[in-house]
Amino acid sequence: MYKKEISSYILKLNKDLMEKVTVAIALLIMMTFFSIVSPYFLKINNLMTIALQTSITAITAYGMMFVIISAGVDLSIGSTIAFSGIMVTIMINHNLPTWLSIIICIALGTIVGVLNGFLISRMKLPPFIATLGSQMVLRGLALVITDARPVYVDNVPTFKLIAQARLFNVIPLPVIYMTILGFLSAFLLRKTVIGRNVFAVGSNEEAARLSGINTVKIRIFAFLYSGIMAAFAGIILASRVNSGQPTIAVGYEANAIAASVIGGASMRGGHGSISGAILGAFIMGILMNGLNLLNVSQNWQIFSTGLVVIFAVYFDKVRSSKD
Amino acid sequence: MNEVLLQMSKIKKIFPGVIALNDVSFDLRKGEVHALIGENGAGKSTLMKVLTGIYHQDSGEIYFKGGKFQAKNPKDAQDKGISMIHQEFNLVPDLTVAENIFIAREPRTFHNLLIDDKAMILQSQILIRDFGLEIDVHELISNLSVAEKQMIEIVKALVTKSDIIAFDEPTSALTEKEVAHLFEIINKLKSEGVAIIYISHRLEELDAIVDRVTVLRDGCCVATHEWKNITIPKLISMMVGREMKEQFPTQYTTAGEVVFRAEHITRSNVLKDISIQAKGGEILGIAGLMGAGRTELARAIFGADKIDSGTMWIQDKKFKPSSPYDAIKHGIAYLPEDRKKDGLMLDLDVFDNILCGNLSTYAQYGVINDKQCTQVVSKKITDLNIKTPSYRQIVKYLSGGNQQKVLVSRWFCKNFRLIIFDEPTRGIDVGAKLEIYNLINRIKESGAAIIMISSELPEVLGMSDRIVVMCEGRVTGQLSRAEASPENVMRLASNLK
Repeated sequence: MYKKEISSYILKLNKDLMEKVTVAIALLIMMTFFSIVSPYFLKINNLMTIALQTSITAITAYGMMFVIISAGVDLSIGSTIAFSGIMVTIMINHNLPTWLSIIICIALGTIVGVLNGFLISRMKLPPFIATLGSQMVLRGLALVITDARPVYVDNVPTFKLIAQARLFNVIPLPVIYMTILGFLSAFLLRKTVIGRNVFAVGSNEEAARLSGINTVKIRIFAFLYSGIMAAFAGIILASRVNSGQPTIAVGYEANAIAASVIGGASMRGGHGSISGAILGAFIMGILMNGLNLLNVSQNWQIFSTGLVVIFAVYFDKVRSSKD
Repeated sequence: MNEVLLQMSKIKKIFPGVIALNDVSFDLRKGEVHALIGENGAGKSTLMKVLTGIYHQDSGEIYFKGGKFQAKNPKDAQDKGISMIHQEFNLVPDLTVAENIFIAREPRTFHNLLIDDKAMILQSQILIRDFGLEIDVHELISNLSVAEKQMIEIVKALVTKSDIIAFDEPTSALTEKEVAHLFEIINKLKSEGVAIIYISHRLEELDAIVDRVTVLRDGCCVATHEWKNITIPKLISMMVGREMKEQFPTQYTTAGEVVFRAEHITRSNVLKDISIQAKGGEILGIAGLMGAGRTELARAIFGADKIDSGTMWIQDKKFKPSSPYDAIKHGIAYLPEDRKKDGLMLDLDVFDNILCGNLSTYAQYGVINDKQCTQVVSKKITDLNIKTPSYRQIVKYLSGGNQQKVLVSRWFCKNFRLIIFDEPTRGIDVGAKLEIYNLINRIKESGAAIIMISSELPEVLGMSDRIVVMCEGRVTGQLSRAEASPENVMRLASNLK
């Protein structure tokens, strides 16, 4: 009996490690392949483009990771990005200081998250339905507020620097945000009481409740975090295009979900990591970029990303059913 | 009657790093009830899984009805006449009784394209009646009691004309009356020549039905005996490989003051005007049959379910728990009866499971002190003798007894005033039971009040200082240790005057 436990423990250790290693190896294989077929691929400039393109997916995937680990899903991310983008640009256009507009925007993201969490944990709506609803509500609001027209920022030239400036003239700022938020999210998830409790709630909500965890609070927190990350992504995106676009970021929640599951998150909850989210986001970013360099049309890029998601999840299932 | 129906010879099954079955031989005669017993992890389930085709043996052979036999999967085994009734039922909750009985074997009509509902309902009604059951075949499975579900599983096994039916812990959720009915049915099957494999932890009940018994230990077959030639203490020592001196390490302490008091607790139809009190340093046993409302009472005290009326006091202070979180703050802990469903996070590791709900104790500004946590967890693992290779082990890979110890350790060493154990030893092996009893006694020694709910009569009688018996949501009586006898408890539990 004891022997069996030791062997399964070794299996488990291997499994956790293997999960990261296989994703990392897949990443390396992709990079090697693209660097062979395209001489341009490994140029600093292109690597920075990849990192820049990945940053939005990664940041939203951090939030999504919290939600998925808590056994939920957040479909409102894309709309929250658009909503946050137009709100920040409108406020700036109304001469509010940029920093204040950003803070209010993050607060709005928080409120969206809390409402999602409230619908799910208190009103007992299924996460899929609740966030599908808020997705449509927010998108509708964004269109109504702007009358479906973009909001251009013309009086504050520094606003676009938030996303377009580069550190040492090399590293785009969004890449820096992605890195900092990555460390922050990982810390929050692994090292704090609230983060660890997200795992407990996602793994077995009733058991978590009976062990004295305030499960309502934890579930709301997961959605709140996702809302904050989406609002932040919205600000970055608005700064990149220097405008608030009500129709931007449609389907971005799918990217965040894809990055999370490629990175090993389980949709049943209780399992996932921030490093997985980053790896997953980069797998998608590199695939898109590489195919771009090979002149593969965008339509086929989406097609291949879909295949990668299916393959990654299937692979994970095969691997985890072995123990 | 002595015809050998099934012969499993020298079955070996190796999992990475462990020999789950080591040359186990097992035979089954026509029309006999053959008990298969052993501690958790002894290999009983693995043997059954080999028989029903869930696993394939690495070596060894199976002969069934005189020919060589190898099931491809459970359905294949069932088609060939071997059915298994699992602890967790394979019923679809949202379908009706009739649909479940004939699932995947529905009578067809219109060139085999449509399901013949009329025939299906009629046939299932006949089956159910022949069985002596009173269940409406139109009822949804989710509306049935556990016992009824079990009966439906058996009916299902009969539809396929099984020669062998294997039962895995069939009585763990049944009342005495239902057990008696089940045994009647087993005896009826037996007289029709069906061979029964019967896996159970409840050795006392085997007496009523079993012809032969095989004991497994650590993947090896210890012995097979005629039931009439063997005694229960002998069986236990064969199972654990050592003589068990005493089953219940009872401690006689004098009860302290009243720690917890509940008066007139009422909740719709499940709890009716219940008043109890628990004293420090005392184990209050709560006995009763399935559906007596014992778990519901525990959940009400713990704030997991809301009550309609009634008052509770903890150490003379009124309290009304709004949630488990609140109850824990008041010094009340609860170990749920179904540890897999309500207790553990099976996919998380020992570390997370032990600290679950307690993390903030070892954190500052919400940031966990890893070093302190590791120390606490390691200490608890040694203290409670939890057999795990590391605190990073995923809990679902531990044996039932060790899982239960993980759950107990969550509440251990913290200064609780009242701890409620709900079926603390369900489904765990004899050795681990003893350890759990010792842990309960250690908590009792520390002066906390303990409420222990148990369906196992010997356990309630052996451990409790005082017993409250419940029946259909009411307290039907209270017995001191001196008055407590199996007869007295059963009389109150069935509410006989």
